[in-house]
Amino acid sequence: MEAMVPNLVGAGLIVIGAGIGLGKIGGSAMEAIARQPEATGKIQTAMIIIAALLEGLAFGALFLGK
Amino acid sequence: MERALYSIKFFGLLFSLLFTISSVANEVNGNEAQNDERINTEGEIRDYIQHHIKDAHDFHLVSYTNDAGERVHVGFPLPVILVGENGITTFMSSEFHHDTNGEVVVEKNGSRFVNFHGKIYELENGAASMIFDAEHHPTNASRPLDLSITKSVFGILVIGLLMLWWFSSLARQYKNRRIPKGFGRVLEPLVIYVRDEIAKPNIGEKKYRKFTGYLMTVFFFIWILNLLGLTPLGFNVTGQIAVTAALAIFTLIIYTASGNRDYWMHMLWMPGVPILIRPVLAVIELVGAFIIKPFSLLVRLFANISAGHIIVMSLVAIMITLKAEITPVGSTALSFVLALFISVIEILVAFLQAYIFTMLSALFIGMAVAEHDHEHDSDGTPEHTDAEDVRADFI
Repeated sequence: MEAMVPNLVGAGLIVIGAGIGLGKIGGSAMEAIARQPEATGKIQTAMIIIAALLEGLAFGALFLGK
Repeated sequence: MERALYSIKFFGLLFSLLFTISSVANEVNGNEAQNDERINTEGEIRDYIQHHIKDAHDFHLVSYTNDAGERVHVGFPLPVILVGENGITTFMSSEFHHDTNGEVVVEKNGSRFVNFHGKIYELENGAASMIFDAEHHPTNASRPLDLSITKSVFGILVIGLLMLWWFSSLARQYKNRRIPKGFGRVLEPLVIYVRDEIAKPNIGEKKYRKFTGYLMTVFFFIWILNLLGLTPLGFNVTGQIAVTAALAIFTLIIYTASGNRDYWMHMLWMPGVPILIRPVLAVIELVGAFIIKPFSLLVRLFANISAGHIIVMSLVAIMITLKAEITPVGSTALSFVLALFISVIEILVAFLQAYIFTMLSALFIGMAVAEHDHEHDSDGTPEHTDAEDVRADFI
């Protein structure tokens, strides 16, 4: 159990980082949609792609740290 | 309408078939009797989740301890196909009697097989049971080439045949009708969605047709298998790293094989940057194209689906683990509400992951086939130093 502590702390750090990133993406997308509601579709697509790339990175880190 | 009825009938038939087999395949296993000792609930739940996440040689629906103290497993077996030292051997996985500890030995075709933690080992001559070294590696058994119809293979085969039937009948209908009938009306908007929202904008008007077939196959394959994973049958196909890796490798092969001159140029000898930086960029680009892109595709799908399954099963397990603290009724209600909530989210995730996999595949293919409307000089300085033009090069 004690040997796992660094891994668990690392997992927590990854999740914090990914959370900040996703929050920024979501917040900016919201702002952009509020400014330009007619571009909602394009903004959402771009948002999902960036979120997916970020998620892939976070999962990759979790996966390697397991 | 007729087609939809056929589909419903087919599913009804499939499910009734499955449950008839499963009721026949009730298996009583006496040597795991646990009537005296208290069952380690937490450990059992953990084992159950681990067991579900992995692929298996049989469908395992329920297991319980009956009044006589015997362990009863409800499920149905699948065929095992092995290529070992004595050639091809086939038998049903029921011959292992649900044993995954390497205790039940099946003798077939002159070889002896045991099932250890879901993997089948072939015992060497004269060995009665498996012997392990200090690192828990078996010393007297080897793994034959396992071509069994496992749970995931079964799921892939069923979905593959269903998709072949659905889409070929949909395609046939367009020969003499303008709009499809029956179940095709459900599929048509999805097909058009994948074509118009995923393939066309990412690959480009000129070239999207060639790749739409692959994108559509991948999209429906992942989506339907994700949804199948949410049924209580115990499928976890898109949560198998081998399945997602195969899908990611298909995408890798397609975008590598269809890459044009500009793509390789930008990867190996990036125009418009100082000459000393170019080799560095080439290394980064190569690692990105051949390792990071497919790796992120496969890990994203695998991790999302596995995590979803673990969360749903953990929330269902609240029913048992919190029974003493908040009364059986309270724990059941809590676990029902939470599991229902997360299951609804999982339906969304099932679609979203299929969408993202297809979307990123289309994006990578689009990058590989994109045409640049201006030529680069051989020494790397663009002909027009227009800022817009240089920027367009990098986007």
